[in-house]
Amino acid sequence: MGKHDVSGIASPNWLTTRAEALFDWVKQRVDPAVNWSRANSLWPMPFGTACCAIEFMAAAASRFDFARFGMERQAFSPRQADVLICAGRLPFKLAPVIRRIYDQMPQPKWVISMGACASTGGVFDNYAMVQGIDTVVPVDVYVPGCPPRPEGLLYGVLLLHKKIKGESLVTAGLRDEQPLDDRGLRLPPATIDEISEPFGNSLHQFRSA
Amino acid sequence: MNPSVAALRATFGSAIGRAMELCGDTIVYVDRAHLVDVLRWLRDTPGQAYDYLVDVTAVEYRDRERPLEVVYFLRALARVADLRVKVELDPAGELAVDSVASLWAGANWLEREVYDMFGVTFRGHPDLRRILMWETYAEGYPLRKDFPLRGRFSRAEQVRQALNANPEAHYSLEELSLADVQAELPPDMVDRLRRGERGTVPHSE
Repeated sequence: MGKHDVSGIASPNWLTTRAEALFDWVKQRVDPAVNWSRANSLWPMPFGTACCAIEFMAAAASRFDFARFGMERQAFSPRQADVLICAGRLPFKLAPVIRRIYDQMPQPKWVISMGACASTGGVFDNYAMVQGIDTVVPVDVYVPGCPPRPEGLLYGVLLLHKKIKGESLVTAGLRDEQPLDDRGLRLPPATIDEISEPFGNSLHQFRSA
Repeated sequence: MNPSVAALRATFGSAIGRAMELCGDTIVYVDRAHLVDVLRWLRDTPGQAYDYLVDVTAVEYRDRERPLEVVYFLRALARVADLRVKVELDPAGELAVDSVASLWAGANWLEREVYDMFGVTFRGHPDLRRILMWETYAEGYPLRKDFPLRGRFSRAEQVRQALNANPEAHYSLEELSLADVQAELPPDMVDRLRRGERGTVPHSE
């Protein structure tokens, strides 16, 4: 019997075991409480640019009323917002604006991309439109539709609740900021070109980089 | 046919090109050297009185033989009459035409839009900058026929250039502030601003 085995305190596994116990305790006791309060008090920051914003307003008004799901207060300042809802198409001219709004929001923060145009560019596959806001800011929930009905947005909010309730404080890198890289992009150039691949009547258009 | 065309021919002679009526609208072609004179005459002559410039736009046809045209939509508000004036630009030389912003102040932004979308230069324009696309936009003029639908650069390059644009670079504080240009405003506008929305001078004065 070596002296290290007397109590187990000095064993190499001791720290690991204690840390795992602590993580387990956080996951079982702290996370549910924190996530419950976060999910049920989401302050949305509306970024309405097009017809989706009309459906967003309907979702906020009395008939659908997303205050029932904890979005009681709409934060028109990004510095007091939890979830950025991009409702509508995003032109390239607005790309630095939504990026700055996203950068100003404090952690924890989430993004809902509402509608076909915000998610993929939709029918606006042209020179002026961002092909999916996920090339500019990271997106948590995509709500399809053109525009989505308020029920669709509410379902997206409930999906976001589900996602938040699955998060854990001990997950490394979960709340890391995602800054633009030195090229000024959020995704690698090849990915951006791939997810906005040519199709339709301009199939023959060249893609010089 | 709008009777203004006959009056234009009588006044300007060979500077007036062909004229046609289409869907009830009269279109008249004007020599680009006389454009400002013709439009000023149409605006100031009592019988014509086209006092409202509805729109300025441009047309590029698929037929490469046809030159690019700049179109002026005029309206006489009191007479309820419309006239469409077209100018053909020089296909070989530079795409340029005289600005009419001195006749109608509203032409300022309309001509900026034509410049932004078609690359037509308006000589004598007080502030010829892009108006829809951002100022550092480098891909060209989007409504020209040789412009690809998705732009000239790859999507990644477009995103990069857009994200590197400064969203605050478009208007300076001086441009947005009326206080600094108060001395240069016309007196009736100064008076209107002083009276405010209710149209009355505040009690304090």
